[in-house]
Amino acid sequence: MLKLKQLNKGLKATLLGTALVMGGGLTPAHADEASKAKGHEIAARSDRSDNGFASSEVTAVMMLTNKAGKTSTRELSFKTLERENENVGDKGLTVFSTPRDVKGTALLSHAQILVPDNQWLYLPALKRVKRISSANKSGPFVGSEFAFEDFTSTELNKYSYDYVGEETLDGMKMDVIERFPLYKSSGYTKQISYVDQEVFQVRKIDFYDRKNALLKTLTLSDYREYDGGIWRAHTLTMVNHQTNKSTTLTYGDYQFKTGLTDSDFVKGVLKRIR
Amino acid sequence: MKKIVPCMMLFAAASPVAADFELTGTLGAENRLFFEKGTLPGQIETYQGSLELELDARWTLSDGKFDVVAVPYARLDGRDNRRTHFDMREAYVRYNGNTIGVRAGLAKVFWGVAESVHLVDIINQSDVIEDIDNEDKLGQPMLEVTLQKDWGQLTGYVLPAFRKRIFPRQEGRLRLPLPIENDLARFDQGSDDGADVDFALRYSHYFGDWDVGLSFFHGASREPRFVLNSAAVAFAPYYDDITQFGVDVQYTNEAWLWKLEAIVRDTPFETFSAAVGGLEYSFYGITEAGADLGIIVEFQYDDRNENPLVSPVTIADNDLMTGVRFTMNDAQDTSVLAGTVTDINDGSMSGVLEASTRFGDNWVGEIEGRFFLNVDPDNALVGFKDDSHLMLRLTRYF
Repeated sequence: MLKLKQLNKGLKATLLGTALVMGGGLTPAHADEASKAKGHEIAARSDRSDNGFASSEVTAVMMLTNKAGKTSTRELSFKTLERENENVGDKGLTVFSTPRDVKGTALLSHAQILVPDNQWLYLPALKRVKRISSANKSGPFVGSEFAFEDFTSTELNKYSYDYVGEETLDGMKMDVIERFPLYKSSGYTKQISYVDQEVFQVRKIDFYDRKNALLKTLTLSDYREYDGGIWRAHTLTMVNHQTNKSTTLTYGDYQFKTGLTDSDFVKGVLKRIR
Repeated sequence: MKKIVPCMMLFAAASPVAADFELTGTLGAENRLFFEKGTLPGQIETYQGSLELELDARWTLSDGKFDVVAVPYARLDGRDNRRTHFDMREAYVRYNGNTIGVRAGLAKVFWGVAESVHLVDIINQSDVIEDIDNEDKLGQPMLEVTLQKDWGQLTGYVLPAFRKRIFPRQEGRLRLPLPIENDLARFDQGSDDGADVDFALRYSHYFGDWDVGLSFFHGASREPRFVLNSAAVAFAPYYDDITQFGVDVQYTNEAWLWKLEAIVRDTPFETFSAAVGGLEYSFYGITEAGADLGIIVEFQYDDRNENPLVSPVTIADNDLMTGVRFTMNDAQDTSVLAGTVTDINDGSMSGVLEASTRFGDNWVGEIEGRFFLNVDPDNALVGFKDDSHLMLRLTRYF
């Protein structure tokens, strides 16, 4: 059965990065305190650029393309509750509406920072709510090129950072930072992210696998600004360089401050879905 | 002002005057192939084909505050008239408040955490002509009131009518050696199932890595004991009044799920306890493409009286279940579950195989197999000993 995870915040905060130093890990030569601090500062500025969004609701279409160019799609909706305290994560509810055999399947996630997230899966055919393990960070999300952790590990403090330098991407000046997962069981040694210097949004991320080889590239585009200076990308394309498969996630219009509260993210609400 | 205007437009869009209506459904074709001819008088030989249809109509009002749901289900079986049946799986109206929810009508409810047997789950009658795994359920008439608070979810049930378990007839496979005459059903509250009103209470919450459920039920047992009829050619099901307390707990730690369900049931003849407990451990990413392999081990215990005149028959009395769950994590959601349950006392064994994958966007193909090996003549599985089979099902979702 599907093991959905939380796709919240539209991957927004997901991505920044530089020199890690997990227990015993190698520290890149340039990872001095100053560049680590600068990397963290850029990541934090980007992550905090939507502080105060309170809650959001959005629908999305996920299109999977295999090597032969054959596609299949999934439609999903996301509800997210912001928790401004950076020592706890946001809460998210993901509900699938297609493929039709998984319609009503839902995933509730209470993100944590360095301890595993709390996650419950709802299986509508059996009316069953299952607490599931969130240890599977690097596995594919519903057969796509996104890994679970690409959606669930969007919190600022799940990583350490290092500043790399500046680069121009699509005519925009970018800060380039590396980020290194601090949580267990990540499939990545590092990620390199490109954050624009104008509105501080992540535009591109390169993911490096456990052998430190380039695995995937995520491109975030069609950024739109909502009330209150909140930016969201509406097209996310993940290309796997090793398998030549890709996944595109296209979001509809976001609704913010929709009045969602903690009581909309308790495990009891799953049973109302279908 | 700038902020308020789009906000109001949003509300206007989200509260349509008319209800949102949605109709979906499934149509499935099923082929069951038994490895051996039925040995009981009148039984189907080796092939059983059937069609099933389920519709799901739902109206959602006021942005989800109210919903009205109807889920009719029908199976048309080519060989087994009893298996040709219709049921209203769900037909209810519901109010979803922030702290209080109310539902009235026919509904399905699931309680519990275990995989191999569902001890705590007691609200709905099992549809045993569908399958013998007690996972297909008849719609239960109920008034359900749910209170959601910081300290958890408390749900009360009034169950104003009883649904009898419908057993296979003479021609049906997977039945006891003597047929069970549903028309002879008896209750502690008389012969009228409509006269029975049951009550239940459920508390459910989580505490960190622990998910906990407590439940109470008072009413007619969902599983009957069997009384021989006067001519001793058939069983009459007898539904005793029972009181049952249940607890279900799951501890989730990294790739480990530890599970326990336990009940204590008081019947007019005895008070017995039963439990199922075990674990599920997952190996993630065992292939390049990211498939997962889960190992399931559960132990089943039940100390009820073994005389079917006194207590409902159970096969899960002192048994060990082991299984593997293989999840491909591919675009087709391909998965395989295989397991065995072995009676520790007499070695009787049943096996299960379930595999499914999606074809295109709207088709799902499934293979299910059940196998009975080394069945001891005194084991409750004895009626199924020649009923090992494979089932192929193709389902179209619309």
